[in-house]
Amino acid sequence: MNPSREAPALYRYVLRLGDLALVLGQRLSEWVGHAPALEEDLGLANTALDLVGQARLLLAYAGEIEGRGRGEDEIAFLRDQGQYLNPTLAEQPNGDFGETIVRQVLLDAFQLALYERLTSSRDARLAAVAAKAVKETRYHLRYSAGWLLRLGDGTEESHARAQRSLERLWPYTVELFEADALDRDMAEQGIAPSLEDVRSAWNRHIDEVLAEATLARPPDRPFTWFGKRGEHSEHLGYLLAEMQYTQRAYPGARW
Amino acid sequence: MSADSNERNAPAEREWPLFEIFIRARGGLDHKHVGSLHACDARMAIEHARDLYTRREEGVSIWAVPSASIVASDPEDAEAFFEPARDKIYRHPTFYDIPPEVKTL
Repeated sequence: MNPSREAPALYRYVLRLGDLALVLGQRLSEWVGHAPALEEDLGLANTALDLVGQARLLLAYAGEIEGRGRGEDEIAFLRDQGQYLNPTLAEQPNGDFGETIVRQVLLDAFQLALYERLTSSRDARLAAVAAKAVKETRYHLRYSAGWLLRLGDGTEESHARAQRSLERLWPYTVELFEADALDRDMAEQGIAPSLEDVRSAWNRHIDEVLAEATLARPPDRPFTWFGKRGEHSEHLGYLLAEMQYTQRAYPGARW
Repeated sequence: MSADSNERNAPAEREWPLFEIFIRARGGLDHKHVGSLHACDARMAIEHARDLYTRREEGVSIWAVPSASIVASDPEDAEAFFEPARDKIYRHPTFYDIPPEVKTL
């Protein structure tokens, strides 16, 4: 059974939110022990932990909606890549510190715009999760935008590298706002905001940050990715292999 | 300063400056020194302080002070500065009888 096609719509929508948080949190946690300064190590790890915390709440809820007795751990560690519904941008490799920061700004602004609107969702559980997550996400964006400002408006080298990362990652942002049948269904039921609204808010955040950081906004291209339908880039498999290894090798292992 | 110590100081100059961090645990209490950290500007100092020192709800307010702005007494002056106070016990308010109603002293 492929949950991305047959499972209830709400289950799939909650997975989109939860998988974004989980995959991005996993990516950020790869920096632990490798960040350019001890203080950044802790900053990135704090954000990663916030994201994994959001993922736990969302995946546990997805399990309840699905009604097959699966908990957050089974959903996180025992699904295959095609059943992950995060946007493709979240799974892109960390690259250098600047590229991680660019990816983080793009997704922090997306999550912030989304969570702000989900706080008035007709789904009470989603509204409650969003109310908690929105505070965390405001801080995440403050942190990542602060860094983008320093790198973009920093040295010639840091500016050029930040701009290159922005050009590389920008094509993946199209997917965030391209509403498919599931997005429209959720919006019509008052469960999710319209992605058009989310896009306007995101544009405001991003244009402000990019202008301050003296970076040029790349043009949108028609090409798009479909991670949120389970069609991923080649990077997600490796991320899951590392994240799921323990549960796959020692089923049911606890600590 | 000798050429030798200049060389040893060179890498340190490229590091981010040091900030001293003060945290207020609750409204009404004073800010207490909790430690120091490196940051390249004031905004980063506050964010690092938040990430390092308030992870377990330790505070409601943060002050960051560039360590270079702190004027400190010289340890070599300690004898002249502090020892003369040692035998002046009459400066302690211990020669008064505190009424039992007073609970805050």
